[in-house]
Amino acid sequence: MIFGLPVISVAIWLPIVFGVLVLATGNDKNAPLARILALVGGVLGFLVTLPLYIGFDVTTSAMQFEEMHNWINRFNIHYHLGVDGISMLFILLNSFFTPLVVLAGWKVIEKRVAQYMAAFLIMSGIVNGVFAALDSILFYVFWEAMLIPMFIIIGVWGGPNRVYAAMKFFLYTLLGSLLMLVSLIYLYNLSGGSFSILDFQQLGHIPMQAQILIFIAFFFAFAVKVPMFPVHTWLPDAHVEAPTGGSVVLAAIMLKVGAYGFLRFSMPITPDASHKLAGVMIALSLIAIVYIGLVALKQSDMKKLVAYSSISHMGFVTLGFFIFNAYGMEGAIMQMLSHGFVAGALFLCIGVLYDRVHSREISAYGGVANKMPVFAAFFMLFAMANSGLPGTSAFVGEFMVIMGAVKVNFWYAFAAASTLIFGAAYTLWMYKRVIFGAVANHHVAELTDINGREKLIFIILAIFVLGMGVYPLPFGEILHVSVNDLLIHMTQSKL
Amino acid sequence: MNLMADLMPAAAEIFLLGMLCVILIVDLLLSENNKIYTYLMVQATLLGCSLITVGTHTNGVVYAFHNMYVDDLMSDVLKLLTYLAVAMMMVYSRQYLILRGLFTGEFMVLALFALLGMNVMISANNFVTLYLGLELLSLALYAMVALQRDSAVATEAAMKYFILGALASGLLLYGMSMLYGATGSLDLNAISDAIKHGVPNKSLLAFGLVFIVSGLAFKLGVVPFHMWIPDVYHGAPTPMTMLIGSAPKLAAFAFTARILVEGLQPLMHDWSSMLIIMAVASMALGNLSAIAQTNLKRMFAYSTISHMGFLILGFIGGGIEGYGSAMFYAVVYVLMTLGGFGMIMLLSRAGFEADTLNDFKGLNQRSPWLAFMMLLLMFSMAGVPPTVGFYAKFSVLNAIVQTGHTWLAVTAVMFSLIGAFYYLRIVKLMYFDAPESHEPINVGLDSAFLISFNGLGVLALGMMPGMLMSICAVSVQQSLLLH
Repeated sequence: MIFGLPVISVAIWLPIVFGVLVLATGNDKNAPLARILALVGGVLGFLVTLPLYIGFDVTTSAMQFEEMHNWINRFNIHYHLGVDGISMLFILLNSFFTPLVVLAGWKVIEKRVAQYMAAFLIMSGIVNGVFAALDSILFYVFWEAMLIPMFIIIGVWGGPNRVYAAMKFFLYTLLGSLLMLVSLIYLYNLSGGSFSILDFQQLGHIPMQAQILIFIAFFFAFAVKVPMFPVHTWLPDAHVEAPTGGSVVLAAIMLKVGAYGFLRFSMPITPDASHKLAGVMIALSLIAIVYIGLVALKQSDMKKLVAYSSISHMGFVTLGFFIFNAYGMEGAIMQMLSHGFVAGALFLCIGVLYDRVHSREISAYGGVANKMPVFAAFFMLFAMANSGLPGTSAFVGEFMVIMGAVKVNFWYAFAAASTLIFGAAYTLWMYKRVIFGAVANHHVAELTDINGREKLIFIILAIFVLGMGVYPLPFGEILHVSVNDLLIHMTQSKL
Repeated sequence: MNLMADLMPAAAEIFLLGMLCVILIVDLLLSENNKIYTYLMVQATLLGCSLITVGTHTNGVVYAFHNMYVDDLMSDVLKLLTYLAVAMMMVYSRQYLILRGLFTGEFMVLALFALLGMNVMISANNFVTLYLGLELLSLALYAMVALQRDSAVATEAAMKYFILGALASGLLLYGMSMLYGATGSLDLNAISDAIKHGVPNKSLLAFGLVFIVSGLAFKLGVVPFHMWIPDVYHGAPTPMTMLIGSAPKLAAFAFTARILVEGLQPLMHDWSSMLIIMAVASMALGNLSAIAQTNLKRMFAYSTISHMGFLILGFIGGGIEGYGSAMFYAVVYVLMTLGGFGMIMLLSRAGFEADTLNDFKGLNQRSPWLAFMMLLLMFSMAGVPPTVGFYAKFSVLNAIVQTGHTWLAVTAVMFSLIGAFYYLRIVKLMYFDAPESHEPINVGLDSAFLISFNGLGVLALGMMPGMLMSICAVSVQQSLLLH
């Protein structure tokens, strides 16, 4: 509680209320008002999450800023919110991106502006709910509700093949979620009538067979969102067809939600199954890192390339989780945060080009640096970060995961480290083809450099990418206790 | 025997019947242009019935007419909801009926007769009363489907409905007579006692049960007794489809609960295995066939089949959780169906039925508010939170997982995933596609208000489902399980 206000509830509901207000501005005659209202909502939504960071106690792994109210008494379901070191940073990350996304769509979105802005604001609130929910049904409600605005965003403002992408996105994720629902109900009965995630984690005895089935059900729910190989195929479609803001939120936020699910549900609730199936998870992660990295090399569409690179980077995250040591896990979470900034920034860069030329094909560009020097510099920074250059945020996470992997098995680390080469190859090769060389065609010749609004977005992101790369301690500090506690918890068998 | 004590539990039904006669006569004296007064009288009657039902409510279970009639919490709750459903149906369809010349006294009187039949079913505690209520409902509905005399489809639908309905009634009667033969009683409680104490002729009992379950399945519309649903839903004028698809499902729930739970509880093991097969088959066939439909009414028909399959899963779960969840599912289903058919009528104009999928194209551009309401209704039918449809599925799943049918739950969610596709397709048409027609949508103030109430209700109940869930659970507990 800060000033008598429940911080987390405000962080969830304020953007949603603003979203409804933005919707109420109605049709496109009031578009300027809708934009301003959305920006105010986004900025306020970020500001209200700051007390979470300022007031956070880094010495405990217990849930903080807890709120608990009865919700559905019949099933003992509570409106129970709280954050620990793992979830707090993601709430900040999510709220941070909302105003940026609003700014990114400021001019480009011309039809149904109010609906577009409102969808992002509402989604921002819902995602905060996903990260803060401590009751599994509350979590599930937020988790599913998240799909509705994203479905609309992709389908209404997306590219030519948007309907296919939106449907695929929704049905893929719904498949996983429904299986998770059955597991949650099973756990409810096992725990003697509680839907609290913390109670699930404390369950003393779950037979191995049940653990494996629960793990698999959770796997479907979370792996689809991460996305892990082989259930990743929705992501390139969704990314490519989504509008820039949609891609940014998908990459920066949505993918993290899946990984967060592993930390909050799969690993602490079914530790024995997690250990038993770790080999499979590591194998899938390595396939994602190496194979998807190679696939990215081959792409001719910039957005697709970054989408595949996201899958490959998220492979690092799941690898870090399932090697079960502090380096790996903290590195994975750092990687999640960093990937949020870097992938978000890259999608915004591609958005800048797309807004001007209306093509995502690499071959449609060439020599952009001649016309957009400032943009080229920013793009360079983010491209370097995507290939894991030391000094950028991406390096911290990748390095820690590789260190953690070496401790377990040299070859895991070896395979994972290959990404430093592939990542550099596909990112910098794309960069070279787009930015350098002679001016390729008249579209490029007519390009104008980024304006103040776009500069502002990139400066903010650049500060975070560099800041986190040079001085990652504040992030690590917050994670430390919670991660250690999770690892200790996981050593206790539930058989 | 105190006559008043017998009449009180049935006071609402008696009032309804009385008003029906009054309306019937008054309507004769009204000219074509003044039918609005009949309409207002009908709404007043429904309000009066609600007040009487609330007023005569007693804590506990009251039997009347030698145990033939029962008044308990479950019946009161369900009756109130049927009044609401019929009242909503009337509001939604007023404009639609006026434009088609069907806004007649006959329509309204038949709807009230159907309502009377439902309420008798809901309160019945004896095979005879059950059958009486069922036939009153069915006959009124057959006539209503055929009301549009110049429409070949409607007439055909009415014929099909009548023949198949009569067959189902026959099956049911046959089953009832066998049970009577086996147990020597038509009273549900007496039958239950007799079975508990052992019945000499087991095979008679088993045969009777099979016929009864078939008859029930027919009325609910679950596979393999679902054939009438698509044709009737499609062929009947939309207000009639709305009536058939909404309130009678509540009565069918009560009917099933009274027979299977109150009367045949000792045979649960036998009927629940039959229900499992029917439930899975309904969800499979309903969801898969719905994908192929281009007509919205037909699509809703198949979706009804799948929803009813989901609903009877609750009966398989058993106990307060199971029956409570089935009742909750029925209530939620009715609310969503009213909205869905309501939307079809709102978008229809004189001489134009908005009942194909293409009519919903680009609705977001024509009317963002209506599109949003439809979006809520569709996500609710698909069972996506934060709408109430999710909690309906959730509570049923909870009931069956609790009794160890985890694989059944997994099967059910897989079929709901398939179901999600065709609901999503409607959202897709409304939001992603360009409109085919730019005709302005003229919605009367009353139906605009009602569709908002309906859509937002689905959302609000989804935010706060606890109350309705508890009401369903408590009424099931008091009415079905305490004795």
